[in-house]
Amino acid sequence: MDRFAALLVPKSDAALTEMAAESRRVTRRNFGRTMRMFAPLYLSNECVNNCKYCGFSRDNPILRVTLTVEQVVAEARHLVAQGFRNILLVAGEHPRFVGEGYLEECIRALREFVPALSIEVGPMDRPEYERMVGAGCEGLVVYQETYDREVYAQMHTAGPKRDFDWRLDCPERGCEAGFRRIGIGALFGLSEWRCEALRLASHLDHLYKHHWKAFYTVSFPRLRPAAGGFKPEFEFTDRHLLQTICAFRLTFPEVGIVLSTRESAALRDALATVGVTMMSAGSHTEPGGYTGQGGDDLHLTVKGRRVEREAPASCDRAEGQFGIADERSPAEIADVLRVLGIDPVWKDWDAAILSEVAV
Amino acid sequence: MPLTTQPLTIAGRSFRSRLMLGTGKFSSGEAMRDALEASGCEFVTVALRRADLSGKKDPFANILEFISSERYLLLPNTSGAMNAEEAVRLARLAVAAGLPNWVKLEIHPDPRYLLPDPIETLKAAEILVKEGFIVLPYINADPVLAKRLQDVGTATVMPLGSPIGSHQGITTRKQIEIIIEQATVPVVVDAGIGAPSHAAEAMEMGADAVLVNTAIAIASDPVKMAAAFKAAVGAGRTAYELGIANVSDLASPTSPLAAFFSSRS
Repeated sequence: MDRFAALLVPKSDAALTEMAAESRRVTRRNFGRTMRMFAPLYLSNECVNNCKYCGFSRDNPILRVTLTVEQVVAEARHLVAQGFRNILLVAGEHPRFVGEGYLEECIRALREFVPALSIEVGPMDRPEYERMVGAGCEGLVVYQETYDREVYAQMHTAGPKRDFDWRLDCPERGCEAGFRRIGIGALFGLSEWRCEALRLASHLDHLYKHHWKAFYTVSFPRLRPAAGGFKPEFEFTDRHLLQTICAFRLTFPEVGIVLSTRESAALRDALATVGVTMMSAGSHTEPGGYTGQGGDDLHLTVKGRRVEREAPASCDRAEGQFGIADERSPAEIADVLRVLGIDPVWKDWDAAILSEVAV
Repeated sequence: MPLTTQPLTIAGRSFRSRLMLGTGKFSSGEAMRDALEASGCEFVTVALRRADLSGKKDPFANILEFISSERYLLLPNTSGAMNAEEAVRLARLAVAAGLPNWVKLEIHPDPRYLLPDPIETLKAAEILVKEGFIVLPYINADPVLAKRLQDVGTATVMPLGSPIGSHQGITTRKQIEIIIEQATVPVVVDAGIGAPSHAAEAMEMGADAVLVNTAIAIASDPVKMAAAFKAAVGAGRTAYELGIANVSDLASPTSPLAAFFSSRS
């Protein structure tokens, strides 16, 4: 951890350039000239929490929808046709709309034709995570948002998400339940970035020691414009992001580093060779965003109850969690990666490893 | 003069090349194909989790299309499996998909250093050998484990030189020497070979073959690096077959008798 902290102190341009070069070498040695591709698939934007920065917050008067299992399958088929063999199922936290039974059904329906599935949903207890693993889910993603307890309390004003420790322990419950891939991260901009990075690294270090069988990824999402109009108090510049990526790469050579379409095309292209090992492409952050599924079921939700709209318009869409910056198609991004000398890897997992299912 | 060495025989099949290649980490299928060609290898291992095993010719998981099954023996590997049960399942799946019944048995539950699990590897080897598979297990350089696997009936043992992709070379040299001394099957040094000199060292020690992947895949020119490894393996093996002179503490003139003869003439 001392080494990690030393890598975060302010660096001259020359020192940062050297860090980036070393980070590139280490990444290449451990991951080769490859990039693991994935896509998020939003199941629902219902949520019981109020988080100041998030578009899905329960008090935001946005159009909401929860896709049926059939609609989820249609969205996934679209992603598979684009090349994705690794899909992350995302949903707001709302037990009434997104229960474990529903998630399990979605996983079972998708695993017939999607080799790798992960979830990023509200925290669960170990037995529920075991159900997800049993259904065929390989990965669990839970970002702590901020590791600063005070800031966490200020940001999460209502709902079960207020319980910091329950969330913090998710990766460990997930490991015990048998997830193979665990993604952790913090939302940069909520607190001072160096402290945040240091706490995230400590969390990772702890997980490596205590749960040695999981493959870990880290992510450093930055706040994007979203419903609610939250403005981050702390800066986390491109330069800070680069330094954070390098510091993690040089301290944890084997950790996967994820970069989403929150970041601009130019920045993603630049970071693709420096330390990032996993990228999304062509993402939508609203349920039904890829194929328009669920467009006929949009509604408002007030105090947990569905409220019909007075004057629906045909062009309406469910609200996204946040706006994306890199709007290129998966094929375009794959082409750019090839030009950079990186092989986009769509499939590197097979559900058949876990059970005799024909994929 | 090309270096011609004795052929390598594994499970009754003869190979001219003693260099085996892995197929991960390349910048493209084409780059991999060209490196395979330049390496002169006849033995190629592929991670089953990256391949399409459904027979549907998935264009987004088409790694097998770059490897000619006529030119190379395709050796499916079970990378991704964390225990014996999963490895056995993968091996069976490969055969069902029409791949050879040869399997490079890799079980590494620790995704950080990718070190092989000896207990699960032995368990899986027992099952797979009984089912008629030709099993090539990736192991830590543990001589007792190597003997236990040979007792079970594996076709080779593949001890690691150092962790996969680490480029540290043969840090397990003393243990591998014991494995080679005691071996009744070919010994293939697998993993950690980062430079042609490491490959030559393994061959000079008497290893029957080496398996290289990362060092070639991430080289600035994988084709030239593959050729460099080919030359190193040939050089190391040739020297081993000829017999390498013993190390001595004393200097010894290159022609000690010449001066004696000339003074008498």
